[in-house]
Amino acid sequence: MTIALPAAHAPAPKRQMLVATTAASTVAAMLMAGMLAVWLRFRAAAPVRESSDGLKLIKDWLPANLHIPEVATNTMFATFFVGCVMAQWAVYATKRRDTAHVNLALAICFIIGAAIINAQIAVYLQFDVGIADGAYQVMFYTITGTMIVLVALAMVFSAVALFRSIGGRATSTDVFSSHALYWYAITVIFTAVWFVVYVQK
Amino acid sequence: MTTIDTHAGSSLGTGDGSLARSSFLVAVADWLTSSDHKKIGRLFFTLSGIGVIAAGVLGVLVGIERIDAESSFIIASGSETQFVSMFRFVMAYIALAPLFIGIAIAVVPLQVGARALSLPRLAQFGMWSWLFGVVLVVISVAANGGPTGGDKNFVTLYLLGLALTAAGIIAASIPVVTTILTSRAPGMDITRIPSFSWSAMVAAIANLLSLPVLIGTLIYLYVDNEHASVAFGGSEGIWTWISWGFTQPQTIVFAIMAVGLLTEVAPVVARTRQPLRPIMLTGLGLMSVAALGALTQSQHAFVWDGSARDVVEDLVLWGFFNVLPLLGAFIALALSLLALKTGKVRISAAFVFAFLGVGMVLVGLAGNALYLFTDAGLIGTVFEEGVFTYIVYGTAMAAMGAVVYWGPKLWGRMIPDKQVLGLAGLSLIGTVLASFPYYIAGFADQPANALGEFSYEGPAEFWNVLATGGHALFALSVIAFVLLAAKSFRSGAPASDDPWDGNTLEWATSSPAPVNNFVELSVVGSPEPLRDVKPSSQEVSA
Repeated sequence: MTIALPAAHAPAPKRQMLVATTAASTVAAMLMAGMLAVWLRFRAAAPVRESSDGLKLIKDWLPANLHIPEVATNTMFATFFVGCVMAQWAVYATKRRDTAHVNLALAICFIIGAAIINAQIAVYLQFDVGIADGAYQVMFYTITGTMIVLVALAMVFSAVALFRSIGGRATSTDVFSSHALYWYAITVIFTAVWFVVYVQK
Repeated sequence: MTTIDTHAGSSLGTGDGSLARSSFLVAVADWLTSSDHKKIGRLFFTLSGIGVIAAGVLGVLVGIERIDAESSFIIASGSETQFVSMFRFVMAYIALAPLFIGIAIAVVPLQVGARALSLPRLAQFGMWSWLFGVVLVVISVAANGGPTGGDKNFVTLYLLGLALTAAGIIAASIPVVTTILTSRAPGMDITRIPSFSWSAMVAAIANLLSLPVLIGTLIYLYVDNEHASVAFGGSEGIWTWISWGFTQPQTIVFAIMAVGLLTEVAPVVARTRQPLRPIMLTGLGLMSVAALGALTQSQHAFVWDGSARDVVEDLVLWGFFNVLPLLGAFIALALSLLALKTGKVRISAAFVFAFLGVGMVLVGLAGNALYLFTDAGLIGTVFEEGVFTYIVYGTAMAAMGAVVYWGPKLWGRMIPDKQVLGLAGLSLIGTVLASFPYYIAGFADQPANALGEFSYEGPAEFWNVLATGGHALFALSVIAFVLLAAKSFRSGAPASDDPWDGNTLEWATSSPAPVNNFVELSVVGSPEPLRDVKPSSQEVSA
């Protein structure tokens, strides 16, 4: 005899999104940590030579004719922190059921993501060298390009959270807390990239 | 107890042809798009099982090439690195890595009392990403891509395929971790997680830590190969930069769940509770130290030379990354044996597979510690391949044990114990023959990853013939196991809900488990919740 099994209720959500985002943020952090490790290894292995006047040693890593535009990179660095504040504002407003402010905060997060990518493109334009021009250039474009992908993912996350909020599904803080966590994670990641690639070079 | 129709839809096949065809298509579409974790997991580890057979076949081809070191049989001169890297890829990323990830996706939600896997679509994406990546890698190597490949486009395709493969394993690991951390049954706090699920959590987190580092390197290689080929040496430099992902300690990460299976099955066959359980969980955790070793992208050898400070530094790193995983596996094995001692043992094929498999993994781990002891003079020899094979085949043996153990819960039918026991013996002989000769050949200085043009004192041909035979025997034992399992799960004896007198929640639901796993759940009061409502073996014997 067959007795049909009644459909069970869906499992009660216990911050699944937050845990999954923590895992995804860990993956992103390890990805960039691995890339930075390879960067540091290349930099450490770069040949050292005497300067033309023989007075100092020069490491052949960053080509002499290249100048990284520091205004744009420092602006990017600061902008990430503004993104974190906006993402946390969305969480704060959600807890108070203030949908208008949630939407505003998430929209600003999205725009900040676009601004960061815009700043990175500005760096590329001012940099004005080809990717195939040397080892440093390959590594520079690869690591900063990967960072752009992580920021683009943050923008997608902001857009999805915004649409959920506009759609009236902002009753739980789980999505917005996860969104904020991801913004914190990429800010920490960019801090490391900024220090190694743009400050230490 | 839940009663369900265990073979719903079977009557569809008896109708007219078009109905049978449409029901077949519906079933295929259901399997390919299902968000049921049991289907995703079964598909994952079945595909991976095919990879184990492919690994055995490639092992035979590698062995044949080595039998006569002077001439080449199958592999064209100059493509040795491509072939060896392909062999390594099949062993590590088709056979080893996804095997237990698939089993974990199928079993973990049942074990922790969840009605579904968290993020099932992500798990499904992971499986398809892995499969797509595997196909790309195979195509690219066949078309002169891969490490040292001559076709730039297919080299790029190889890097993309490998990145997708690793991304698939990462994507499949995230739902496992999330399920364990968020969807446990009421009362199941973190210390009450079943030991296999604990090992799945540890292994999945280890994957999340180590595999992104491999992907990061692959991104560099991809961009360099596509645009400049100046930083990493083009296709010639690929293997130098990624080979760490195809050897120890990365492979140890993939073997953690094999040890977890033994710790799960041992108390069940002894019909008792796991003694010293916190120490056992710590042992499984210690194995994950291998992930930290992997993400340094190098092996850590111990050089007994130089100043006292250098020796101590080497000793600490070597011990931390190579001896601690061995110690963790040893603790888990020892406590599993202690569980057998405290209970009344009823040996099952699942236990034999798991015990022998973990034994092989342990021999591999011990070999790994010895290999990296530089005074042994083994670095750069084929000894490492012996270690690698012990770990891969040992894990595959344990996975066969997992299929025997959880098959009744997933398919609703039993694999006959007596028939499958013979295959456990056969696969053990295959594993030892495929691995141990390389240990001996390593001491005789047979070079690593070389398929020809080597010579050393001793019966070189004999060792390589033995290893070739071992790979063939192992592949045959896996083929026989797959056929027996397919036959048993199709027409074998129906399984009861709790055929092994189990300890954990998966045995509290019907066999096969229904779509949403449980109709109702009780509050869990211990790590072995079913043992709470069953008499212990001591009580039975009394």
